[in-house]
Amino acid sequence: MSDALPRALADWFAGRGWRVRDHQSAMLDADRAGHHALLVASTGAGKTLAGFLPTLADAAEGAVEGLHTLYISPLKALAVDIQRNLKAPIEEIGLDLTVETRTGDTPSDRKARQRSRPPNILLTTPESLSLLLSHPDSVTLFADLKRVVIDEVHAFATQKRGDLLALSLARLQRIAPAMRRAALSATVADADGYRAWIAPYGDIDSVALVLGEKGADPDIDILLPLGRVPWGGHSGRYAAPQVMELIATNRTTLVFCNTRSLAELIFQDLWKSNDDSLPIGIHHGSLSVEARRKVEAAMARGDLRALVATASLDLGIDWGDIDCVVQMGAPKGSSRLLQRIGRANHRLDEPSKAILVPGNRFEYLEAQAALDAVEADERDPDIFRPGGLDVLAQHIMAMACAAPFRESDLLDEVQSALPYSALTPAAFARIVDFIRDGGYALKSYDRFRRLAPASEEEAGPIDAGDRRWRVSHPRFVTQHRMNAGIIVDAATLDVRFKNGRKLGTVEEYFAASLSPGDTFFFSGLSLEVERIKDTDLFVRATSRPARIPTYVGARMPLSTNLAARVRIFLADRSHWQRFPADVQEWLSVQAERSVLPEPGQLLVETFPREGRHYMVAYSFEGWNAHQSLGMLITKRMENRGLKPLGFVSNDYALGCYSLEPVTDPAALFSKDILHDEFTDWVQQSALLKRAFREVSVIGGLVDRQHPGKRKTGKQVTFSTDLIYDVLRKYEPDHVLLEAAWADARARLTDIGRLGDLLDRAADTMVHVALDRVSPLAVPLMVLIGRESVAQGSADDELLAEAEALIAEAMTL
Amino acid sequence: MVPLSFAGHRLFVAGDAALWWPARRALLLADLHLEKGSFFAAAGQMLPPYDSRATMEAIDALVASTRPERVFCLGDNYHDDAGEARLAPCAASILQRLTGTLDWIWIRGNHDREVRGRWGGRAVTELEEHGLLLRHEAEPGETRPELSGHFHPKLRMTVRGRRIARRCFLRTETKLILPAFGSLTGGLDVDHPEIARACAAPPEALVALADRLACFPVGASRTMARKRA
Repeated sequence: MSDALPRALADWFAGRGWRVRDHQSAMLDADRAGHHALLVASTGAGKTLAGFLPTLADAAEGAVEGLHTLYISPLKALAVDIQRNLKAPIEEIGLDLTVETRTGDTPSDRKARQRSRPPNILLTTPESLSLLLSHPDSVTLFADLKRVVIDEVHAFATQKRGDLLALSLARLQRIAPAMRRAALSATVADADGYRAWIAPYGDIDSVALVLGEKGADPDIDILLPLGRVPWGGHSGRYAAPQVMELIATNRTTLVFCNTRSLAELIFQDLWKSNDDSLPIGIHHGSLSVEARRKVEAAMARGDLRALVATASLDLGIDWGDIDCVVQMGAPKGSSRLLQRIGRANHRLDEPSKAILVPGNRFEYLEAQAALDAVEADERDPDIFRPGGLDVLAQHIMAMACAAPFRESDLLDEVQSALPYSALTPAAFARIVDFIRDGGYALKSYDRFRRLAPASEEEAGPIDAGDRRWRVSHPRFVTQHRMNAGIIVDAATLDVRFKNGRKLGTVEEYFAASLSPGDTFFFSGLSLEVERIKDTDLFVRATSRPARIPTYVGARMPLSTNLAARVRIFLADRSHWQRFPADVQEWLSVQAERSVLPEPGQLLVETFPREGRHYMVAYSFEGWNAHQSLGMLITKRMENRGLKPLGFVSNDYALGCYSLEPVTDPAALFSKDILHDEFTDWVQQSALLKRAFREVSVIGGLVDRQHPGKRKTGKQVTFSTDLIYDVLRKYEPDHVLLEAAWADARARLTDIGRLGDLLDRAADTMVHVALDRVSPLAVPLMVLIGRESVAQGSADDELLAEAEALIAEAMTL
Repeated sequence: MVPLSFAGHRLFVAGDAALWWPARRALLLADLHLEKGSFFAAAGQMLPPYDSRATMEAIDALVASTRPERVFCLGDNYHDDAGEARLAPCAASILQRLTGTLDWIWIRGNHDREVRGRWGGRAVTELEEHGLLLRHEAEPGETRPELSGHFHPKLRMTVRGRRIARRCFLRTETKLILPAFGSLTGGLDVDHPEIARACAAPPEALVALADRLACFPVGASRTMARKRA
């Protein structure tokens, strides 16, 4: 045990029958040595307590005054949850410590009071912290800050919210130079990457790495269907009755789905098999806050036997009594799977129980790969990217709101944050210009500028080449605070009953396809549209059958490490004995009829079918990269007169179909496609416009649409698509277009994996020309035409078609 | 150009948002909203300062291809009353050149009641031109054939999972509403109740395709989109 642990705390641990875990005292030691720290531990290891232990120790020694510790959580709900958990030790030890939360939901009078009389521990989110730092009094508020604890850092360090937090940490460190940073993380592939992210100026040695004890190995099974492993689909819906049995035999089951649409579907399916009417709930990000809180409360009371959920539950609110986790469809990555499994049984020494329900044969392989990866303690790699320029713009404006500044000072501060360590003075100055007046080459907005030159009294003396700035008018401070934030939601409509009660939101995109009388599933209910008024969709409950809302949100691609394992499964028959008989048969017929590629090979099959020609490439680079590649390849096929008709993709393969046969696939997959077709395509595609919308809002070019401010009858907003078109025509080098381009490349098209694939393609391609469809191609082929089939009408025909397809493929 | 007949007149859709009236050798445009960018810049949203230039260059190109004698702009020519004085030099020089050789008529709109033709052209509240009333905002009670703008109609539908949004014209027996022409002008859904009120009778939405006009009954458009999808 650490010598640093005060008596009162040691007694408290002993009184509870707990021992102080090694990583908990290591966190205390790191703090006492003046080091920052990264704690990497699995769920249930007492991570949060470890993060707060130095604060509790300070309090026990009577050394806490004013705002001492800041706790940053990616989720508002998490901050509330922590407050509950933190209160127990504080009260039981009798420490004189005040704890409060501050999020977007905090009433404004309490927010004002918190700034003048802060608690000792403030629990908040990256966005709320950034807003706090935009106030001039932040310098005094944080002057005595000793610690900042960042929870679940793996969940957002590599994203834009992480960029914002890194910048805010840099400012906090300048206000309170002795402040120690402590980050808590689930097990990650690259702990040093996170240490560098936490450290000021990337000084990795200033961050102690603390490893938690390894928990009991989780107990994971793959659920096999009563019949055959399905050929197509990715939801595992077939297994609803079996999942219902699991729910009946366990105390509380969490059923994770990969998308919100799927969650609604699975909920319906489970309900159909729920003969005993067991209480089951549903939870996803589009449900209203009230609806979610209600379900969470029911869970906490132990009133629910099962909860169908999405990623909105990925981060750890601790509900204790969950004893079984079911993953519907493939997990897509081993880290994500572990995070989800960790939701069951929050005790380190007992194994968590989890069941995977693969949707099709490839997903079966993927589930098996995930199992092996978990066993081998292998995690998905995280990619640290340069910080977003839009986030930087938002931060600089926040800093300008706090006080006049010198460019050289703020640049140095910003560079101390890892995502911006490579930022050049010229790039920084461009962002300042952008905030000032839009940063356009045409200087016509000088009289409207938001930043004005500051005087020497305001910002101090400067050297040649440096500049000083202040906000030109208080209304721009208000504008910043109204619009700050990193999350830009798709335009949505509120789903309401006639009495006004809000059920949640659906995307405008989906709502646009609804008319009065239409029905859809939402929040586990079948709803009929009564009318659409402005931003409200009024509904009533109905028993009529309904369809499922779609959400545009990005799809999580298969991780590279799971893809590599699946490739090995295909090539190495020694693994097959673990697979069910029909999966083994599938693979061996493939080996006989076509080829099973070696791990390094890119298998491309071509075959005719019903008057069309098909080309299927098994590239295993994930759905996003395959979608992008499909656009590019079909474009190239068009140019070469192959008359392409369309393409389909999943995480494992890409299939293109055309009127003319592809005889030389290598020519289609050449690297120059990234120069010739890619730029063209991305610039014309909706992807870049979507990215531009986001950077425009985050960067502060356009104001957010605030609920209730949208007027009727008159168009009061403008479309960022139109701004994009004008800007691209007249100032294609504008900094926001650059930011949108960077986003589109990195996040939307998975350009990195696409590039890797094309780099390898020429040397590793194995082209097999077949006379008919191969077994490996079937899971992809059954996707063709699915979207264009009229709803509910043609089930029989579809079954017949699938049957014919499979029979043809499996005949030797 | 795609023909569009209205109240016995032969008109054509020029580009995707303007009308060409060969009998009068006239070009008709609605809702240019010039200087919308600088209007918002003054309020702290620094939209690109190129919108007026983009709009005027587009008009210039239409004039070059149709060779009109007169141009009618159906109101909301400037985004605000001070816009005319603020007009970007590059856009103003194109406008001055065009108004110097063409009969240019500014119809006043609700955004620019004070428009006076600082860069050429004459301003009127409304007028009748060879049997067609030209005004900014359709009047529900009007029985004579009327051309107007104001609503920025836009047709949005989802077909086979793909979202499509296009500027469109709205037509009834006696009313033809033009889409907004300006480069930074957004759109209002064609089935918005304000449009139904202004039209008096249910309109059809017209979109110019490459070789013909596509017609969609308004109000039913969402249902149709679903059936197609």
